[in-house]
Amino acid sequence: MFRYATRRLLGALPTLLILLALAFFLIRVAPGGPFDAERALLPEIEANLRAAYHLDEPLYQQFGRYLWGLLQADFGPSFQYRDFSVTELIMTGFPVSLRLGGSAMALALLFGITAGSIAALRQNTRADYAVMSASMTGISIPNFVMAPLLILVFAVYLGWLPAGGLGDGSPRNMVLPVIALALPQIAYISRLTRGSMIEVLRSNFIRTARAQGLPMHKIVLRHALKPALLPVVSYLGPATAAVITGSVVIEQIFGVPGLGRFFVQGALNRDYTLVMGVVVFYGVLIIAFNLLVDLAYAWLDPKVKYS
Amino acid sequence: MNMNHFVATVLVTIGLYGCGAETDRAEPIGGASGQELAEEQVLRWGNGAEPGSLDPHRTQGVPGSNIGRDLFEGLTSEAPDGTVIAGAAESWEISDDGKTYRFFLRPEARWSNGDPVTADDFVYSLRRSLDPATLSNYTFILNPILNAEAVAAGELPTTEVGVRALDTHTLEIQLENITPYFLGLLTHSASYPVHPPSAEAHGNQYARPGNLVSNGAYRLEEWVVQSHVKLVRNENYWDNGRTTIDEVWYYPTEDQTAELSRFRAGELDLSNAIPKRQVDWIRENLPEELVISPYLGTYYFGFNLTRPPFQDNPELRRALALAVDRDIITGQVTNAGEVPAYGWVPPVQNYTGQQMTEAAWSQEERVAEARRLYALAGYSEENPLRTRILYNTQEDHRRIAVAIASMWKQTLGVEVEILNQEWKVFLDTRQQKIETEIYRSGWIGDYNDAYTFAELFASGSGLNHTGYSSPDYDRLLREASAEGDMKRRAELLQQAERVLVEDLPIMPLYFYVTARLVRPWVGGFTPNIMDHHRSQNFHILKH
Repeated sequence: MFRYATRRLLGALPTLLILLALAFFLIRVAPGGPFDAERALLPEIEANLRAAYHLDEPLYQQFGRYLWGLLQADFGPSFQYRDFSVTELIMTGFPVSLRLGGSAMALALLFGITAGSIAALRQNTRADYAVMSASMTGISIPNFVMAPLLILVFAVYLGWLPAGGLGDGSPRNMVLPVIALALPQIAYISRLTRGSMIEVLRSNFIRTARAQGLPMHKIVLRHALKPALLPVVSYLGPATAAVITGSVVIEQIFGVPGLGRFFVQGALNRDYTLVMGVVVFYGVLIIAFNLLVDLAYAWLDPKVKYS
Repeated sequence: MNMNHFVATVLVTIGLYGCGAETDRAEPIGGASGQELAEEQVLRWGNGAEPGSLDPHRTQGVPGSNIGRDLFEGLTSEAPDGTVIAGAAESWEISDDGKTYRFFLRPEARWSNGDPVTADDFVYSLRRSLDPATLSNYTFILNPILNAEAVAAGELPTTEVGVRALDTHTLEIQLENITPYFLGLLTHSASYPVHPPSAEAHGNQYARPGNLVSNGAYRLEEWVVQSHVKLVRNENYWDNGRTTIDEVWYYPTEDQTAELSRFRAGELDLSNAIPKRQVDWIRENLPEELVISPYLGTYYFGFNLTRPPFQDNPELRRALALAVDRDIITGQVTNAGEVPAYGWVPPVQNYTGQQMTEAAWSQEERVAEARRLYALAGYSEENPLRTRILYNTQEDHRRIAVAIASMWKQTLGVEVEILNQEWKVFLDTRQQKIETEIYRSGWIGDYNDAYTFAELFASGSGLNHTGYSSPDYDRLLREASAEGDMKRRAELLQQAERVLVEDLPIMPLYFYVTARLVRPWVGGFTPNIMDHHRSQNFHILKH
């Protein structure tokens, strides 16, 4: 297992390097630069700015400089938020995004697995139809539609929850963004759980357990759930990616100061270093998470062996 | 230099401005007027985008300037109605050639840490603002100061800027040319003072909570990027006794629909803007909160004069300009009270805007003339003009472009392609002047003077994206810049505007308004043409 993990981590390095290079060169290929504005700067002043941020050097040299900085955990200065370094911005934004994304994933797993299991156990009953229609609706409604709807109902009409921002940092501010981000995932996970649970419930070892007279809740919790969760676990990788990309939209709509918002603003402002910082950070995160998912697989399914 | 000749004028100036500071901020509040103050004096602003910086010399864009006005005070300041009043300087004298300004600082003015605000602080700050190492985007604001342009370009050392301290509280500024709007420029963030020891000690991190020492009515308490900026009352501010608001919160709200929701949910006292598409709904449902007022800006379409079909083709440009029914654009498309524009300069102080002669005609007459000119330019139904409009991606711009394209199609038969590009791409394309034929644009004045509009179309101006170059126009601008007589200066600028509306390198469409939502219990909000507000003039009424 340890050797497998090490090998995977080493294998991730070239992936990360390719990701870095692609992001680095692509954002520079995009038309427009960080210092373009309605009023064009005096050439001398623009030259000064470019020199200060090393943008006057050849691209390969800039890339080398960037990599060297990364090795020292230095993501460089932000072009747009001039009072902060990219590392500082990531450190401010990430805890917020983590809270948002983590809560959304936890909520999605809790509700998705429960609803999916109930639907599977009550297959072709009203409960099943209700869960499946709700999840179909959840999948079909994009979060940029769902989020404003939630705000309208719960913040504007009912006044129960804040419409946006972090406020004083109380959990109330996170409720709506977390729900908006979790809803599509709840939908996916409940469908996945239902499908695999039905399959597992029909398998021989479950039939044996039932023949032995074990109560249904014990069968489900002790025997069926673990194998039924395999597809859900393999979905966790893509789900994390979906939550990350989803949070870009959700953070914009709810004014949540997370990494997603920096990413969007960074890209629009051609804040090269900020965009790169977020890409690298998320890249590492997704690679690490995929590895964890694969390791969890071995724990859940004895047939899977890593060597 | 002889100061005495100018004393009379200065006294008038002080009468108008200096004393204005004492009266303009006072507003009848409290028991006698029946307006009782709320216990909690907290003001919450929607502030558009996240500020790039809170360092006054490194900030860029309106959101940073909004916060800057609460944190810092320049030599001059603005009354709630936008009039220039005394700021950190309690009075000033101007030499009779109009090129030397002497400012007398308030001896009681203090930084937020208690240090006195001195003339040396201003010398240090103006040099820092122009120093190429500061990387300021707004050095051009200080261009009227002697040698400022050369210092900003790195050609002269900062010590050569025409600024010196005569004593602890007297500052002298030398100008290159007479600049009637100079006192207004001193309210801009580029000319704010920074606290020298703090700026030296913290460098690029001067503008952080804990590091930022400021001389305005507030000091920086918290800044969570993309979440909020929190300011608290600066107890050391010289006029703190008349400040009512204790805490000011600025929230970044780029998305106007989301901002509207936050306003409706009671999280903001003032919005930064409104979503234009919802203006009718807002009028109906939030009539008391909606405040619309004129704004110093012109929305226009520019023509690329460096290439066909608009190069050397004034008839065609005029035909297109006349075929647009501006009343429909402002009445049915933008619909927030914008004013149809047939001239370039919006209503600014000491100036009468010039208009296209056809402004007085009916739209039918304009269309008839447009058809005549269109034919004269060699186009017809069989041989229609094929052109394209480029705009930066935004729903409001799209709706205007679509409306104009359909007007041109209906009245002249022009075939129009409408293209949108994301802002930075748009800037790049427009700058290149290759693919662009017609582009949408808008200009918001940097200061309340016609020159901030006139200078756009000078040959070689960094803002002239049309490629327009008129020797007549340039000459009039040069003469106006050097003119000491205000009436004559205005006449020269008016002549320049007449040249512009004759040549029409651009097609003015409307003069801007600001539209925002303000809670009924927010007192002290006074709309002004620059849309500059200072929280120190506000108060929250009991509600």
